[in-house]
Amino acid sequence: MTKKEWNNVFLGLLFISPWIVGFLVFLVYPIVSSAYMSLTEFSGFGDMTFIGTNNYQQMFNDSLFWTSLYNTLYYTILAVPVGAIIAIVLALAMNQKLVEIPIYRAALYLPSVLPVYAVSFIFIWLLNPRYGLVNLAMSAVGLPSINWFGDPAWAKLAIVMLAQLGAGQYALIFLAGLRGIPQTLYDAAEIDGASSLRKFWHITLPLLTPVILYDVIVGLGLGLQVFEQAYITTNGGPVDSTLFYVFYLYNNAFRYGQMGYAAAMSWFLFVISLLLALLVFWSSKRWVNYEVVA
Amino acid sequence: MKNPASIQMPVGQTKTAAARSKRLFRSQMTSRVILIIGSLLFITPLFWMVSTALKEAEELGVFPPTLIPLHWRFDNFSQAIQTFPFLRYAWNTFVITVFSTIGAVVSNLFIAYGFSRIQWRGRDVIFGIVVATIFVPFPVTLIPLFIIFAKLHWINTFLPLIVPSFFGNAFYIFLLRQFLLQIPLEISEAARIDGANEMQILRYLILPLARPALAVVAIFAAIAAWNNFLGPLIYLQDESQYTLSIGLQMFRSEHDVQFNLLMAASTLVVLPVIVIFLAFQKAFIENITIGSIR
Repeated sequence: MTKKEWNNVFLGLLFISPWIVGFLVFLVYPIVSSAYMSLTEFSGFGDMTFIGTNNYQQMFNDSLFWTSLYNTLYYTILAVPVGAIIAIVLALAMNQKLVEIPIYRAALYLPSVLPVYAVSFIFIWLLNPRYGLVNLAMSAVGLPSINWFGDPAWAKLAIVMLAQLGAGQYALIFLAGLRGIPQTLYDAAEIDGASSLRKFWHITLPLLTPVILYDVIVGLGLGLQVFEQAYITTNGGPVDSTLFYVFYLYNNAFRYGQMGYAAAMSWFLFVISLLLALLVFWSSKRWVNYEVVA
Repeated sequence: MKNPASIQMPVGQTKTAAARSKRLFRSQMTSRVILIIGSLLFITPLFWMVSTALKEAEELGVFPPTLIPLHWRFDNFSQAIQTFPFLRYAWNTFVITVFSTIGAVVSNLFIAYGFSRIQWRGRDVIFGIVVATIFVPFPVTLIPLFIIFAKLHWINTFLPLIVPSFFGNAFYIFLLRQFLLQIPLEISEAARIDGANEMQILRYLILPLARPALAVVAIFAAIAAWNNFLGPLIYLQDESQYTLSIGLQMFRSEHDVQFNLLMAASTLVVLPVIVIFLAFQKAFIENITIGSIR
């Protein structure tokens, strides 16, 4: 490399140096450190005692660990597709030329930027079995009242419902995807006499698959990390039905003083997240269409 | 000439045109219905929050619940401010928000500059690492970060919530880089030939042009800091240091707070977010669609 090229490397590194420091201190070191910590008994204070793979063995024998994993997968598997479908339906509806679209867009997107804890407070009251608006609406159409956050059979669904308030954000991403589909494809299908349903099935949906992939990957990551809503609305209950993985991890680290065990849990989550993301990427070769670049 | 196409077209074709406009009308009406219902559902929690915030305590126990308060109690807001240590929480949250926003704007501008305006060997490989860091789930770093900050005696200070924002954030780097790449490199070259150094180019040429993108980063960083729950939950232990997020939650779990007062406090928390959202809607929407660019 010439002197000028070396100079540019130096300058480039200089400008990104805050990121390099942050990357090493706030990411690389913690990842390595938690890997080591997962092999120790550590309360957060004092020394770490090396205990090999004991934490991992304990984890696989811990029924609460399995409950929390089950709850989290249950939540994710439900919340991600439901969210995607709601977002796609809203995006399709917003893709029409209606004068009042900006109003809908604002109303649908606004809840995504609100603090989750405040929305959780609201939901406690909104879903109150006796004084909540949701049960009022349900009894108006003859449905029985549900003790959403108090019934193990419904609590996870209530949190899935709460998560759907973020769907507006994804609807806008899908809308951008829809706008990128060339009109000529629809015109050609029109000439061939294709029905609306066929056009959706053979043009819109295949060309939206890259956005769906993005949505699934992001949703998966966020779904596996669900915590705050449950902390506020249910505190993990009733009968551990909303004790999500990160919640149990938090409890171990900051309530039970089992940092080593929590570190083992965090590494297991890391591996699971990576495997699931790789699985989705791998399967995406079969269902994601990159032929027409939107 | 109402419809020029119909003039040359045979009778059968005119019929299809009429059928098409009828179909367009029908699909527009369907979209409208979906969007109105969707918007109402998405706004319902906010409506319920404000409605509850204005009710008298006795009215909370009325069955069936009233949609609109019978007596509008605007003094619930002043009562909420007195019941919770609201102003102290709000001030703490404000301080953290201001400093972490400054950190995000300054650091990410420098970093994104290094990744876009200077050409150096290895740049794009390192940028790939920046993007990859998005996929690391936060729980993996949670415990070691806590230990690091504990060793620095930063627990129970705002520093763990502020300092990391001075070291870049992958999303904001991505967003700013995308924007800075659109500015022609020739501008920088011309300035270099005239003897300007990189700092001068950044300060006098790029900074003025990058304002809109920096505004987007500022808005997002500010809202993220204002809404943050997990960070304060872990790092702040003394009540006098609490932010609104954990302050309201802790206060609620320790005292028997009336729901109308909690909703009044929530309204006050949410209000600045809504104002910023409505004022900068365009910025929000642009940022959202940048996220979907593959």
